[in-house]
Amino acid sequence: MSGIRFDSVSVAYHGTTVLDALDLTVEPGEVMALLGPSGSGKTTALRAVAGFVTPAAGRILIGGRDVTGLPPYRRGIGMVVQQYALFPHLRVQDNVEFGLRARKEPKAEIPARAAEALEMTGMAGYARRYPRELSGGQQQRVAIARALAIRPQVLLLDEPLSALDAQLRSGMLAELARLHRELPDVSMLYVTHDQVEALTLADRIAVMDRARLQDCGTPQQLYRAPRTEFTASFVGQANLLPVTVADTAGAALFDGRTLTVDTGTAAPGTTATLCVRPHLLALGAGPDALHGPNALHGRLGEVQWRGATHRLYVDVAGHRVAADLPELRETPTPGTEVTLHFAPRDAVLLAAGAGA
Amino acid sequence: MLVHSKAGRWAAWSLFLFLFLPLFALPLLVVVAASFATHWSGALPSGPTGANYGAAVRGESLRALTTSLVTALVSSLLALTAGTWAALAAQALRKGARRVMDALFVLPVAVPSVVVGLAVLVAFSRPPLLLNGTATIVVLAHTVLVTAFAYQSVSAALVRLDPAYEQAAASLGARPGHVLWRVKIPLLLPSLNAAAGLCFALSMGELSATMMLYPPDWMPLPVRIFAATDRGSLFTGSALAVVLMATTLLVLAAFSRIRTRASYR
Repeated sequence: MSGIRFDSVSVAYHGTTVLDALDLTVEPGEVMALLGPSGSGKTTALRAVAGFVTPAAGRILIGGRDVTGLPPYRRGIGMVVQQYALFPHLRVQDNVEFGLRARKEPKAEIPARAAEALEMTGMAGYARRYPRELSGGQQQRVAIARALAIRPQVLLLDEPLSALDAQLRSGMLAELARLHRELPDVSMLYVTHDQVEALTLADRIAVMDRARLQDCGTPQQLYRAPRTEFTASFVGQANLLPVTVADTAGAALFDGRTLTVDTGTAAPGTTATLCVRPHLLALGAGPDALHGPNALHGRLGEVQWRGATHRLYVDVAGHRVAADLPELRETPTPGTEVTLHFAPRDAVLLAAGAGA
Repeated sequence: MLVHSKAGRWAAWSLFLFLFLPLFALPLLVVVAASFATHWSGALPSGPTGANYGAAVRGESLRALTTSLVTALVSSLLALTAGTWAALAAQALRKGARRVMDALFVLPVAVPSVVVGLAVLVAFSRPPLLLNGTATIVVLAHTVLVTAFAYQSVSAALVRLDPAYEQAAASLGARPGHVLWRVKIPLLLPSLNAAAGLCFALSMGELSATMMLYPPDWMPLPVRIFAATDRGSLFTGSALAVVLMATTLLVLAAFSRIRTRASYR
């Protein structure tokens, strides 16, 4: 059992800091997603674990062993990348055996271990094929089998599903979740910009932006109670509204009206950001029993039909508020005045400037 | 094709044939015609005979052909080894150092080959390294001349090689040597093969540096062609030229057959 520890790891390219003092621990057997937009430093963090970039400062530990100065081939990690990187001149079988041969495993065991890895990813029937004879999804399965064959303690996945189409992606996501259940000892570091992948697969999510760790927690924590505005908007595209805390009993002022929310420890008179998810907003003429007293009044800007839902953009006192509503029988006309409601328990108040 | 209209396509083809035929095809055809001739008093060579070839494929001429083949094969193999090694090494260098390497390897191409020949001659005409008058000095000069091309083609191929393969191999526990022999070299094979063909063809046709260096017992075919035409034996020279051309093409065809088998993508 071994996890990964980032100990104040910084990486710089040509004087630009691309990873800024990252402190993060991936527990043994845990799936940690590194979630963030491109350029957030998440891939750099993964490549630092693999040994392809050298930290300017800090240490990286795998299973308690300091690997910062070790070359990639001595780190004992499995890695799966977006473009599969299967060796085109080798058959599937030889691709999967590559790591076992390179590590000089006993010759007699190699074919059986390769077969086992191919079995695990459902590619046993393709051992004689060349990579070019396989589809993208099949190639990615072989790449996973190749990484698992060496029985790594740590599996690094760098946007492994980005090159697949939407349908294959959800299938592979289920597959990866199954592999994680079958290999409970393997720690996984999963880099992605897709919040659905992170929310589905990860035990914990580390949210990255601009070379820094912004937030870290279980998917539920990050989704229900984000600690920073960046997390709130990146995970689940929450609406963010500036409010002023009125009193500790749960009142906040926005647009001259009082909203009832959990103000927590925020001091009265301070400014804060109200965060409410688009799908937790309801459309209505007035307060109702289900959603309580909180109302946002505004002018409807745009209506988008998204199949199962309607996405409404409402201009509320100069702020664009998005609301996802179950498919509407009658869609309101853009330009008309509408009211959106939300329950006090569905909103989160963030202290001003959190994580900015 | 970029030209879409029928008339435009005709015009393009006509222009191509107008330029290609007189400049590339006809001279070669005339050499082939001359190689079968005994007289040339009219517009075209006449008096067909096979006797020129009789002389071209035995005795001294045959020796010149094998000399050329051995020289070209040995020098292109040496050039390929040195060029590949240098290109692999240069890849690991910093940008400035790599520029210096690139410049050094382009030198034999930038300098006229007759100068390279003279330089090699002057350098190796005195002890301790006395190579003047040996076959080695010819092979050496050819190697120097064609290594530049080997280095450049392999460098270009290395730039195109996706680093993801190397990194995947390293993450699987492969040491750099293992990565080189099991991943990089196999993936570079098509390019190495093309580079070898290019080096071979260049060495087969090399004349100017060779002229400065060749000893009497190591006379490559181009020198013999030059000597034949120089003393007025145009038809013998033409037959030798056709033999040189055919042999080179044959070997290149063999190279390209290996190439098609070695390309994976």
